[in-house]
Amino acid sequence: MSEELVEEKMMPATPAPVPARAPASRRWVSLVVTLISFVLAFVTGAIVMVVADPEVLGKFAYFFNAPGDALGASWDKISTAYSALLRGSVGSWLAITETTAQAAPLICAGLGVALAFRAGLFNIGAQGQAIWGAIFGAWIGFTIKGLPWFIHIPIALALAMVFGALWGAIAGFLKAKTGAHEVIVTIMLNYIALYMLQFLLTTPMLQQPGRSDPISSVVEFSATMPRLAGTRLTLGFFIALAAAVAVWWLLERTTLGFRIRAVGLNPHAAATAGMSVSRTTIVAMAIAGSLAGLAGAQAVLTPTLLTGFPTQLSLGIVGTVGFDAITVALLGRSRPLGVVLAGLLFGALKAGGLTMAAEAQTPSDLTNLIQALIVLFVAAPAFVLWLVPGLREKRPGADITAKAATA
Amino acid sequence: MSTPVIVNNTAAGTPPPALRKVEARENRIQRLSTGVLLAVIGLMLVWGTFGTAGDAKIALSDAFDAVQLPTIVLPGAVTVALCAVLVLGAALAYLSGRFNKRAMTIAGVVGGVALLIGFITWAAAGSMAVFTMTNQLQGTLAVATPLVFGALCGALSERAGVVNIAIEGQFLTAAFAGAITGSLTKSLLAALIAAILAGMAMGALLALFTLKYFVDHVVLGVVINLLAAGLTGFLFHQLVGSDTAKYNAVPIMQRIPIPGLEKIPFLGPILFNQTALAYLAILMVPAVWFLLFKTKWGLRVRAVGEHPHAADTVGINVVATKFSSVVLGGAMAGLGGAYFTIGSTGAFRPDMTVGNGFIALAALIMGRWHPVWAALMAVFFGFVTQLGQTLNPLGSPIDSQFLLMLPYVATIIAVAGLVGRVRAPAADGEHFVKE
Repeated sequence: MSEELVEEKMMPATPAPVPARAPASRRWVSLVVTLISFVLAFVTGAIVMVVADPEVLGKFAYFFNAPGDALGASWDKISTAYSALLRGSVGSWLAITETTAQAAPLICAGLGVALAFRAGLFNIGAQGQAIWGAIFGAWIGFTIKGLPWFIHIPIALALAMVFGALWGAIAGFLKAKTGAHEVIVTIMLNYIALYMLQFLLTTPMLQQPGRSDPISSVVEFSATMPRLAGTRLTLGFFIALAAAVAVWWLLERTTLGFRIRAVGLNPHAAATAGMSVSRTTIVAMAIAGSLAGLAGAQAVLTPTLLTGFPTQLSLGIVGTVGFDAITVALLGRSRPLGVVLAGLLFGALKAGGLTMAAEAQTPSDLTNLIQALIVLFVAAPAFVLWLVPGLREKRPGADITAKAATA
Repeated sequence: MSTPVIVNNTAAGTPPPALRKVEARENRIQRLSTGVLLAVIGLMLVWGTFGTAGDAKIALSDAFDAVQLPTIVLPGAVTVALCAVLVLGAALAYLSGRFNKRAMTIAGVVGGVALLIGFITWAAAGSMAVFTMTNQLQGTLAVATPLVFGALCGALSERAGVVNIAIEGQFLTAAFAGAITGSLTKSLLAALIAAILAGMAMGALLALFTLKYFVDHVVLGVVINLLAAGLTGFLFHQLVGSDTAKYNAVPIMQRIPIPGLEKIPFLGPILFNQTALAYLAILMVPAVWFLLFKTKWGLRVRAVGEHPHAADTVGINVVATKFSSVVLGGAMAGLGGAYFTIGSTGAFRPDMTVGNGFIALAALIMGRWHPVWAALMAVFFGFVTQLGQTLNPLGSPIDSQFLLMLPYVATIIAVAGLVGRVRAPAADGEHFVKE
């Protein structure tokens, strides 16, 4: 047995990207940086759109003979796409409620990622946790019959949260006990959850009798979120808001929340103060998983957007909610209110993206690109400040943000 | 280990026989968890013995080989039982803690080999089809190609102190760039260069935002992955959706048998009948090792990864050194990304890299940030991935989904259980601000 002392160091712990409470002027700069990030992201998106369209790009070949031609075509392309995006997200009462419907799972899963961030953990596993939530939400949704909705839905949500929590806790446990980096473990767990869903959809537990393709029975009406007549505003959105309030209360008003924040800010100090870092890590990942599980359940318990009928569990039902959740948490600065706002923004992008794909023949993947760009710029305030020199000169000590980022 | 005894390490010579060495807590946890893992697997094999009937046929050469080697026929239940006993024995060796380090290593190797043979026999027993070992190993090298490149990319970035979670995104972008350039030019060389450039561009993005704008490395890596997924997804649907024949008719690299060497029985078809990309992967491992450990540049890279301020004091340009290493790593990732399109299946699909970038990262950690060990670990993950592919058509007793899960499960076990304590470059993930 070797008794050599090796410096205890796995890969470095991810510092939670939570800025400390800043003075008013710094917060103002932070707001401006966020807004400029949006502009930059949409401008970059527009450039990509033009470059990726051979027809429009072809007009640039004779740019110097007739610049109006190329510019006009580009402007047409960009304005059609972005106006469809705007119409589909906030253009009408229906569009606005569609935005809330898209935002609800994003907010839940985003809260999961954000809460893990506050504990110093990077939870990339919201996708897998949401898949387990969807599996058990749907399972309760179609196996139990004859319950009133106000009992059926809570049961389905509760079981979804339990299994999401278990899946999250695996990563927390491995991180706490063996030091396995949670980014790698959660990514691997995402793929395992996806294959488990694929497998379970071929077993009698989930597969609809008489079907040979991987699809489950239709969820009962009693387990489907009621929605306001004529709109797409469902109970799910209010559950997401309630979850945000609950997470705020947990983080700011309870001992557990204090422990989570303490471990996230400085695990060594927390351990010195007598907190159990490993237990806090596991609990934080479990709560994060339960929130992602809630997002997965929302995906199967929300009525189909167009018809309002109950939906059924299929392979792609949770979409990319787990990955969008990362961008939501990063943009929301890991704070519940921020997550709600970021969730609404990205929900609007998703809602508008569908309209954009339908009306402007622009693939809705563009919104994923814009989402990632926004977060990229928001995460790099030093870059935005460098790009906009006017902003930099207003503050003494231009690279305070940069220095703060290194702390 | 009931009474802790203090051992004076600095004393010359061996400690008196009365004193027993004290096992560090971490070592103990790692030894016990490995033991428990082996025990669980051993018990699963015992359980598998009861369901095993018939023989497992393992071929050492496939039907087209010049030299036909015999097909090994293993009696299913007996072999699985024997392997189960060996795995359990290894588990006991770990759990008892009475053996020295060398004996434990031997126990680990025996347990691991028994586990593999037992698993293959269990899965292949009773099947009419034959488990072809040459296909398995040849496939291993092919599947491991991107993982080796990814691990080398990781080694180059992380030795320079830049945590690279973005290998996945670099793969994806390079795969797309290779596919689109390949379809437009019909030239494999152009496609390969485009893939390399795409990987380098993503590497440069990573380097720029971490080194100049001080974004957290892990956050940025994840964002770059999302960015790559969004960008390639959008371009794919925009271009390929409009004209598949023009944009997604990708030329594929053919296998190049090396004359003479490929005729060697068993080893020939495995090692010497691969694509150019696989040969390049094999060549790049010693090349990167040489670069990192035998050149002035490599010494500088390692210096800025371990202690950037010390390196700065002796006049090394820290940021430039880190930048060059990360971008060179990007070229490696670009080669790895090329495998997914021009190196194997041709056409691009969104998110086709399915976590390989992260498996490469796990290989890097298991290989303790050393290019050669990391590449060997990448080959191991390739073996596990290929095992699922080889066993699938045999009609094995497990569902194909579980076979597809194998590499991911192996990765988790690897980073959680078997790695033990590893030491990253000291300044990995830290920002460097010149005083």
